This record gives sequence, structure tokens and C-alpha cells, in this order.
Amino acid sequence: MIWIYLIITLLGNAPPRVIDVPNDGGNALMVEWQLPPDSLGKVDSMLILRKTLPEGKVDTVAKAFTNHPEFVDEGVNYKKAYRYSILYFIGPVQIQSKWSSPAEPVAGWIDTRKIPLFILMMLYTTILLVYIFTARKGRELYLRPIAGLEAVDEAVGRATEMGRPIVYIPGLSTISDVATIAALNILAHITKKAGEYETKIIVPVRNPVVYTIAREVIKEAYYTIGRPDLFDPGQVYFATDSQFGYAAHVSALMAREKSATNFFMGMFWAESLILAETGASTGAIQVAGTDAVTQLPFFVVTCDYTLIGEELYAASAYLSKEPLLTASIKGQDQMKLLIMVAMILLSLLSVFGVNITLGLF
Amino acid sequence: MRDFLIKLSKIERRYIYLALFLALTLPLIFPPNFPQKMSPTVKSVFEFIDTLPPGSHVLLSADYDASVLPEVDPMYRAVLKHCILRGVIPIGMTLYPQGAVLALDAFKEAEEYLGARRDTDYVFLGYQAGYQAVILGIGENIRSVFPKDYFGTPIDSIPAMRGVKNYKDIALVISFSGSSIPITWVIYAYSKYHQKVAAAVTAVSAADFYPYIQTGQFVGMLAGMKGAAEYEYTVGKIMKDNGIEKLPPAKAVKGMDANSIGHILIMLFIIIGNLGYFATKRRK
Amino acid sequence: MLQRRIPLVIVFITGVLMSIQYFIPHPISQSAYNIALMWFRGVSSMAYAIAVISFVRHHSRRLKQPQNRFYSAVALLAFLFMCIVGFGFGIEEGTIFYKMYLNVQVPLQATTFSLLAFYMASAAYRAFRVKGFEATLLLITAFIVMFGVTTIGNYIPFIPRLTEWLMAVPNLASKRGILIGVGLGMISTSLKIILGIERNWLGG
Repeated sequence: MIWIYLIITLLGNAPPRVIDVPNDGGNALMVEWQLPPDSLGKVDSMLILRKTLPEGKVDTVAKAFTNHPEFVDEGVNYKKAYRYSILYFIGPVQIQSKWSSPAEPVAGWIDTRKIPLFILMMLYTTILLVYIFTARKGRELYLRPIAGLEAVDEAVGRATEMGRPIVYIPGLSTISDVATIAALNILAHITKKAGEYETKIIVPVRNPVVYTIAREVIKEAYYTIGRPDLFDPGQVYFATDSQFGYAAHVSALMAREKSATNFFMGMFWAESLILAETGASTGAIQVAGTDAVTQLPFFVVTCDYTLIGEELYAASAYLSKEPLLTASIKGQDQMKLLIMVAMILLSLLSVFGVNITLGLF
Repeated sequence: MRDFLIKLSKIERRYIYLALFLALTLPLIFPPNFPQKMSPTVKSVFEFIDTLPPGSHVLLSADYDASVLPEVDPMYRAVLKHCILRGVIPIGMTLYPQGAVLALDAFKEAEEYLGARRDTDYVFLGYQAGYQAVILGIGENIRSVFPKDYFGTPIDSIPAMRGVKNYKDIALVISFSGSSIPITWVIYAYSKYHQKVAAAVTAVSAADFYPYIQTGQFVGMLAGMKGAAEYEYTVGKIMKDNGIEKLPPAKAVKGMDANSIGHILIMLFIIIGNLGYFATKRRK
Repeated sequence: MLQRRIPLVIVFITGVLMSIQYFIPHPISQSAYNIALMWFRGVSSMAYAIAVISFVRHHSRRLKQPQNRFYSAVALLAFLFMCIVGFGFGIEEGTIFYKMYLNVQVPLQATTFSLLAFYMASAAYRAFRVKGFEATLLLITAFIVMFGVTTIGNYIPFIPRLTEWLMAVPNLASKRGILIGVGLGMISTSLKIILGIERNWLGG
């Protein structure tokens, strides 16, 4: 009897409710349904059916589990409309619910979940721009000394005195990585400095796109100091794109060329210790800079100077001493101060159960 | 003496490498089999399974692939054998496609060394796609997610699955993983169904899971090769106590022996280097 | 002048557009993103061609130097061999290319990776000296953690818990602090490049 009752209840069951999933490209609809309480455990399984309008083509979208009465269908198109129905299996019997009313997925123009992030981004941009425009007026801004960057002159000078080359490694990542771009910025400075003393700089590169850019950076740097003759196409080259093949190549390069100075700037992974330790064994002075938190300990232990995290990004401003770049570092520091204050305040508030930012990002 | 110490602070690299090479290779050839004492988090998992009444069910989810094999696979094999030795029925499954083959190999090893019988002493359900849908589905009815086992046998005709419908009939879920899947089990199985969950993870990712142990969301955790070695060693002892003479290869214990000796050697070199450094400073 | 102006204009326009694209979920925005990705893939593929030419040129030049001749010859021969075998017989499972990759390159990579253990020993021996307060603190922490990850550590009562605390609290805290700084630095660098304030990537 209970089964007949269940079948009748399900037959008369309301169709599933279909709502648009907000903040998407119109490619998702949420299907919700309500099972009669007695049916839990008696329904063996369920299928979700979808009818595409206007064609009327019916697809089986997914198998549903009775305890989780909602499903997000991500196979829809914002230019069409859809109706849904649930097919219940009770032993050998199949019962289909009524079709839902047509629903159209909506393609949003703004992802409202990202608005807090946008506000923060605009705040940070505003702070940076304010400092940059202030710098244009000629106001001098102080930057604390960073040992690794102050040692760049010394490192280049050492290579010049010893008559041995500088090896510059711009990291192992692609050009999409901001650390690689920061490394190329520093490469320009160091190339100019080395060019002034006619010291050879060797740049083996792992990534082809980075190779093409590094080549242009070096060429332009020599042009800028009026020494285009110093550019040697063989000094910057593509070594290999294999991670450990590159590490092996650079290790051999440092041992063969007996470089006086090694720079490791950019993104590194497990090969960082192989590179730095080999360089240390040749007696070279080594300056490293990376934002890879896991590799920092290896560089700190094996290199003479290490730029930690954001110091890599500050390097360009530091070396060039350009007011606009220096101002951006100041802006960065102000934003960090704001974040620190916010963290302390919000932590204190959360102690009293006030969680303002929970779920905001 | 001072000169000797000063010399020690300048040992050439090649001798350090030679010493380390010997320290790592000799234990693999002549295993010292250091007694492995269980750390607290591993002990929690061990004691939980050890005190389960025979006939209980434990779900072992092999959510890992070949890249983390050296650390996680020995854990899976050790826990599986522990369950069988205690009469607890392990239910094998995986949320990773590659995990099925690796887990199956572990069950075959249990058949070989413990005489475990499929469908009586253990069940292997295989792989099912869907992550949280699978975890939630098991909470309602495991048959809705796994109507048949890996070999095509309907669940209802498997003696070992008699009386198992959902998490209420499963004493513990252990997620073996090299990623953050154990947290998915906590979110869906623990939070919604109050299912007891434990994690068996790589050493690198272990730090991320400690907060879950502190809050009680994980019963315990096996972390890295050390955790694997501790469990493997203890299970080996249980097998010997049960009169099983032929023991499976204890890969984690062997690896951990070499690992430990290597670490001690490095610490020794550091101490020697510092003695030499002090001697040099004194001379100056 | 135009040589520097055009890249700056392209960077500005694409930088601003891609920043805005992130906040727009509409399929038109996604199509724009996919087109940008396609261009990036196309440029990367062409860059590979240039990189290979650089590789061949570099090693060909070094064939003239007696001290480098042997190594560069090996590099060029290996490159040619894999090209011929790959283009000639395919790269699927069972082909010579695949076997060479599995039996030569993968073991070589694993061997180079395993050098890390040795380098770590020599680096630790050289670097962990009691030179000052921070160095001493580093040394003590290193010892505690090294004990903690070995078998012996479990026999010393406080070591496992202390190791766990060191990894979960100070280590994680400093990691997160560095990550916050890195995140801000990345945004700042990206903004400077988009606005054309940072031009060193063009060569100065």
C-alpha cells in the first residue's frame, strides 16, 4: 500500500523549480526539487531530464541522489530556453514528474561576487597613482636599503676585475609570470652596468618567449648606453625547456666558464638548490631574488644576497632610482599598511563574533 | 686538536657526498629495521581501527596517483592489512581514475600475504567520477553510487557488503591523497553525516591538515613516508605475532631508515662544521 | 620612437581590456579571452621555432671551440636524432621516440633531481654556523625539524609536537606574510607595465 501511495504522491508531485545561476555566462541553470518526506530511502534513484526549446529535444542530464535535491546543469546556452523533469525509479516502476515552466539562462555582464575585489583593486590603483603623480612634482621619496640590490654594483665590479663573465638566470617560468618580467627588468639594468665595464654577461633561457624578449632587452640595453657593438648573439640563447636539463646545463656553464657573479632572478622550483649550490662551489658571488616561497630557504643558505618576495619587484625601482618607480613602491607599502591595520581590526572583531568579510571574496 | 677541528670545518664536498651516498644506499641494501615509534596522529588512526569490533567496515579511498606513490601507497597497503588482520572489512574505492589500479594492486598483495578473500574479507568498488556527488551519494545509499563492484558483481550479492547502506554502517573513512581531497571528505561526509574521517597524505601537504586534527574533524593523520613507515612497521609486528612468516616488502620502513640515517649524517656534519668554526674563531 | 611607442600602446590597450574582462562573465568577454589565449599560443609556438634556431646556432658555434666541441656535438646529435625519429616514426607509445624519452630522458631527469639530496647536505654543512643570533635560531629550528621528521624524533617526548607547531605556526605565518607582499608587488608591477611607467622590459 505504501508503494501505491508513494507512486500516487510522486505522480502528483510538483515539477522541479528551475532558476538561473547568477554571475555566469548564461551557461548554468539550477534545478531544485522536493521529495515527499516518506519517499526518502524508498526511491532507488532519479534521473534529471532536460528539454531544449523550441526543438523539444529531450536529454538525460544527470543521475541524482535522493539526499541532495538540487543540481546545477552547466550544459546550457543563454540563447535557448529549457524545461526540466525528474524521472523516479521505484523498483521496476518509473514515474516522471511534470515538466517545469521554461527557464532561460541569463548571461551576466558583471560578476557581482567580484565587486569587493574590484573595489580593493581600484583603491590600490588610486593609492599608486596618487604617489606616482606626487613623485612627478619632484618630491623625494626614501627607500630603505636592500643589501642584495646595493651589492649589484659590487658584484658586477668583481666580475670586471676578475675578467670573468656574469651568468644571469631569469628564472624558469614563462613570460606570464610577473616574476619573470621583474627579472627581465633587472636584466636590463645589469646589462647596462656590465656594458659600461665591457663585462660579458651570459643569459641561458629556458622558455622560448622569454628568450626572444631577453634578447631584445639585452640588445636595447647596449644601445641605450651607446655600445651596440657589445651585443653578441651567442650570449643569450635558448638552452632547453626541460627543468632539470636546464639545471644541468647551467651548472655545467657555471663550472666551465667559472663565472665571477651569478644572478638568479625570477621564478624557480626544485632546481634552485642545484643551481645555487653549483654556483657557490665555483666561488662566485651570488645574488638571488624570487617570489617562490618554497625556494627562498635554499637561496638564503647558498647565496650571498637574497631578495625576498616583493624585494624582487622593488628591484627595478631601486636600481634605476626613477621617481615614478620609487613612488610605486611607496604606494605598495601604504597598501600593505592598510591591509595590516584591517587584519588586526577584523581579527579583533571576529573575537567578538563580528565577521564582516566572511564570504566576501 | 684545534688544527684537526679547523680542518673539519673545511671538509671537501666530495667526501660529504660520498658519506651521504653510503648513508643512503647501505640501509637500502642492509636494512637496519629501526623500531618505528608511532607519532600521536598516526597512533590515533591505528588505535581507532585496532579497537573496532570484527565485522566493522572501514572505507579506504585511494585518491592518489603514481606521482605520490612512494609516500602514500605504503600507507594504503599497511592500513588495508591492518583491517584484514583485525577482522575489519575494508571497502576500497577511489575518486581518482589512476587510483583504481594502484588500490587493486594493494588488495592483491593482501590476498597473497594474508590469504584475504574478495567479497568475504574485503570489497573493492573501484572508481566513480564526481567527487562531492559520490561522497554525498554514499551518505544516502552506497548502492546508488556503486551498484556493482569493480569486477561487476552486484553489491547486494556481496557477503561483505551485507548490512552496509550508508555512513551509519561505516566506522571510518580514510582518504589517501596527495592533494586536498581529504578536506572534501570533511566538508561533505563529516559535516553533513558526522562520519569519522582520517587522512593519509604526503609530507608536503600535511601542514595544511593539522588544523583539522586540532578541531577533531580528522580522527588522525598519516603524514609522509614517516607516517607510512610507522604504520607499516607496527602492522609487520602484528603479522609476525599472528605467525605469518612471509612478510611483504616494507618499502616505507626501508626508505625511512635511509632517510633517518641521512638526516643524522647531515646533523653530524653541521655539528662538526660548527666545532671547526669555533676553533677557527678561537684561533683568531 | 615608433618602435617603442607601438608596443606600449598595445600593452596599455590589452592590459586594460584583460583587466576589465576578468569581471565580465558574459560569453562575449569569454570569447575575447579565448582569442587572446589563442594569439598567445600562436606567438609561443613561433617563439619555439626561434628558440630551436638559437639552440642549433649556439651549439654549432661552440663546435669550433675545442673545450666545448664534444658536449655541443652530443647536444646537436641528440637533437637531430630525436627530430628524425619523432617526425619519421611518430611519438606515440611504443615508438623509438617514446622509448628514448622513457629510458633516457626520464632517468636523467630523476638523476639530476636526486642530486638535491647531496647538495642539501653540502649546503647545510656550509651554511648552518653559529655566526649570530638569527643564524643560531635557524640552526636550532633546523635541528628540531630534522629530528622531528626522522624515526629518532618520536623517542624524544616534545619533538613531534614542537615540529608540528613550528611547521603549522611560524612557518605558515611567515609564508603568508611573504605571499601578501608578493601579491601586492605583482599587482604594482603589472600596473606599472600597463601604464608604461616601467619600460625596462623594452630594454630601458
